[in-house]
Amino acid sequence: MRNLWIFISRYNAFFFFIIFFTIGVVLTVRNNSYQRSVTINSTNKVVGDVYNNLNVLKKYINLGSVNDSLAVENAKLKTEILALKNIDTAKDVLVKDTAGVPQYTYLSARVIKNSITNRNNFITINRGTADGIETNMPVISPGRGVVGFVQDVSDHLATVRSLLHKDTHISVSVKRNNAVGSLVWGDRNSDYRKAYIKDIPNHFKVNLKDTIVTSGFSFFPSGIPVGTVSNPGISTGDNFMTIEINLFNDFSTLQYVYVIKNKLAKEQTELEAKLPNEQ
Amino acid sequence: MSSRLVLTNIVRWFILLLFQILLLRNLSFYNMATPFVYILFLLLLPFGIPNLLLYLIAFITGLTLDAFYDTLGVHTAACVTLVFVRILFISVTVSRDGFDEPEPTLGNMGIKWFLLYAFLCTFAHHIVLFFLETFRLTEFSYTLLKCALSGIFTLFLITLIEFIFYNRKVR
Repeated sequence: MRNLWIFISRYNAFFFFIIFFTIGVVLTVRNNSYQRSVTINSTNKVVGDVYNNLNVLKKYINLGSVNDSLAVENAKLKTEILALKNIDTAKDVLVKDTAGVPQYTYLSARVIKNSITNRNNFITINRGTADGIETNMPVISPGRGVVGFVQDVSDHLATVRSLLHKDTHISVSVKRNNAVGSLVWGDRNSDYRKAYIKDIPNHFKVNLKDTIVTSGFSFFPSGIPVGTVSNPGISTGDNFMTIEINLFNDFSTLQYVYVIKNKLAKEQTELEAKLPNEQ
Repeated sequence: MSSRLVLTNIVRWFILLLFQILLLRNLSFYNMATPFVYILFLLLLPFGIPNLLLYLIAFITGLTLDAFYDTLGVHTAACVTLVFVRILFISVTVSRDGFDEPEPTLGNMGIKWFLLYAFLCTFAHHIVLFFLETFRLTEFSYTLLKCALSGIFTLFLITLIEFIFYNRKVR
């Protein structure tokens, strides 16, 4: 026993290394799974405050471009309202909408922390449970496509797992022929303006500059523009092809985002959980 | 250990971590090379620190970085690995009773020793960091490339900082 003790204390550097390294790896693995209890991240009060205060400067620098994008969106919405007003009311038939409330409601949020340089990137926004944010809510950028999903929520802050993360998959389709695939980022590519669509069946014809929109099969509403095709048909050797696209969204200048509340999300997940596993 | 040495290290911790979180977090070359200069703090810790304290400091530093990077555990494991390599390297190259200098800086130890020391520690740190972050082997070669480029970038910045604050001891 004494010899063992001498042995351990002589090579203490190695044993300490094993202990601390194991703690680190365990934390990483637990952090990768979706159900997590530890919150040492930017939804934390201290960390969140630091980012919130520091973002003031960046906010002023980007004010011009943010204003422009909001003005563009405003103009688009105004046109749509005008188009609705100009419908010939004499011909209208009264339709009773029993649902009454729209399925999707938008909630605007400000980005207080953003990263694009890592393999797995997270965004922190200044809304939390107090504003009705829940995990897995989809997040989009004003007029420029998808951003990601809400990952962790605290009272007044939330982290968003951005599209630039290895675990983010979004169901998208080619607008022209509705070929459905799965939008992913990474995979020997670290350009934040490019992404890949996987698992599109080979018999679909996809052209350069085709528009890609969300399919509506994941939590996102259908028809949100995502990007344009920049390299159609990277052959994978099986029955599916991969497409490279240019994203509409510029993650490096993200300032404001919309979080989408889906009224039927809970119903949908409960219903789909009843299905037997596909394997 | 003098109280001045402790104070220097605490100040260095704050400066390097703020530098990393506020500035370098947003910096990268074509998203391929991202520098992690905060490890200079761990490299420059005094010789006389007991191993357990060294590991605890590395653990806390890594955890702080993880909180700001939203990558719980990744930096922690990487920092602990760095400290392991540091202890091994110092025990091999510096005689145990001959700690004439308090800290392993460039000015104290000479350029050859310091470069090799920084090289080994940086790459140990980066390899653990990038592979834990990616956590899959399908992107092995790509991750390795990113790791090598980032390592060179970090090493360059560390050497640069050391040369700026270079003060050779008068003997």
